[in-house]
Amino acid sequence: MAVGKEIRTQIKSIQNTQKITKAMEMVAASKMRKAQDRMEASRPYAEEIRTVIGHLRMANPDFKPPLLFAREEVKRVGYIIVSTDRGLCGGLNANMFRMLLKEIIDWQQQGVEVDLCLMGRKARQFFRRVNVNVVAAVTDLGDIPHVRDLIGTIQVMLDGYREGTLDRVFIAHNEFVNTMTQKPVVRTLIPVEVGDQEALQTHWDYIYEPGAMELLPGVLARYIESQVYRAAVENVSCEMAARMVAMKSATDNAGTLIDDLKLVYNKARQAAITQELSEIVGGAAAV
Amino acid sequence: MKTIHVHIVSAEGEIFTGEATMVFAPAQMGEVGIAPQHAPLLTGLKPGGVRVQRQSEKGDQEELYFYVSGGVLEVQPKSVTVLADSAMRAKDLDEAAAEEARKRAEEMLKERTSAVEVATAQAELAAAAAQIHLLKKIKKSAQSR
Repeated sequence: MAVGKEIRTQIKSIQNTQKITKAMEMVAASKMRKAQDRMEASRPYAEEIRTVIGHLRMANPDFKPPLLFAREEVKRVGYIIVSTDRGLCGGLNANMFRMLLKEIIDWQQQGVEVDLCLMGRKARQFFRRVNVNVVAAVTDLGDIPHVRDLIGTIQVMLDGYREGTLDRVFIAHNEFVNTMTQKPVVRTLIPVEVGDQEALQTHWDYIYEPGAMELLPGVLARYIESQVYRAAVENVSCEMAARMVAMKSATDNAGTLIDDLKLVYNKARQAAITQELSEIVGGAAAV
Repeated sequence: MKTIHVHIVSAEGEIFTGEATMVFAPAQMGEVGIAPQHAPLLTGLKPGGVRVQRQSEKGDQEELYFYVSGGVLEVQPKSVTVLADSAMRAKDLDEAAAEEARKRAEEMLKERTSAVEVATAQAELAAAAAQIHLLKKIKKSAQSR
């Protein structure tokens, strides 16, 4: 029957799209779980290194490594921006970029210049059009970010801080609240904030080899790395969660579209049958 | 036999955790052997092998090797923690990585200028096309006259 050929092809094509979105939803769900496991796995290292920094700080209160203390005057700030490589994950990147743009404009109005370190292709595409200074970029981190891929960008920021061109460094990424909610956050990376000094009021101390002063900078750099790594991993689980939700609603929407089209198709089919019948009846009456 | 708890972690995950009778690690000032009840110690690690000696389930001694490319060793009387670097590190390697990241940013900026170039080229093309179009029109009207 020739009725509703266009509608039938349309339904078919929407069904194909629905299959793809369904598959993407399931892939994202499994990848999200893995990313969360990795996030969990990075925690012991970060906690351990934090305690070590606490001890090192207690060991020589006179020594002030530049990474730990804020500079009074802020002339130029750095942002490490963690974004995704791929799209189709709802407003995840757009929300973060919008928030960052506002902050960048705030800084610029105060006469503070902004340097950016970009991670992920989406940040690259977005900040290319913005009038800011991009000092480092890294893309194609994949679903499993590795510390060695991140070291370069971190080193650029550390160098900037040591040379005094940067007075503060922030990191922007998405925070995983739950599967439905991801929140863009900006945290201070340098100067390093190590809280809870009270908890470390102990009576014993380490033997340092070589001195605590030599050990501290290396430990601090590793701490910063672990923070950036954690942000990258957390962003991956946010990406997957956001994609999962986006693809789920896409699948649902395709379902409603198909239902509506089927209704239209059946109505047209019925109308055609009725018309044909009445034509036959009319023809028979005329004979 | 007295044991000490060993914990080897890297930023990317846990590598080993368990009880040991003795641990050897390549510290910055030379290899150190850590026995249970060692005094608290904090030291940097050079690239090398960490050896963990422990009693296997059958009761005989066994030794496990872990390669670390550097990191930090933290010792307390009841536990040893190795904060291993998860990547090969050296001053010049870090510098090379930094250089690469910088280069990528520059490339991106270049792309930005090329985007501007594309826009100007497109504008010029449009202008040229409009001129040709106008010329053709004039020619046509001249022929029809």
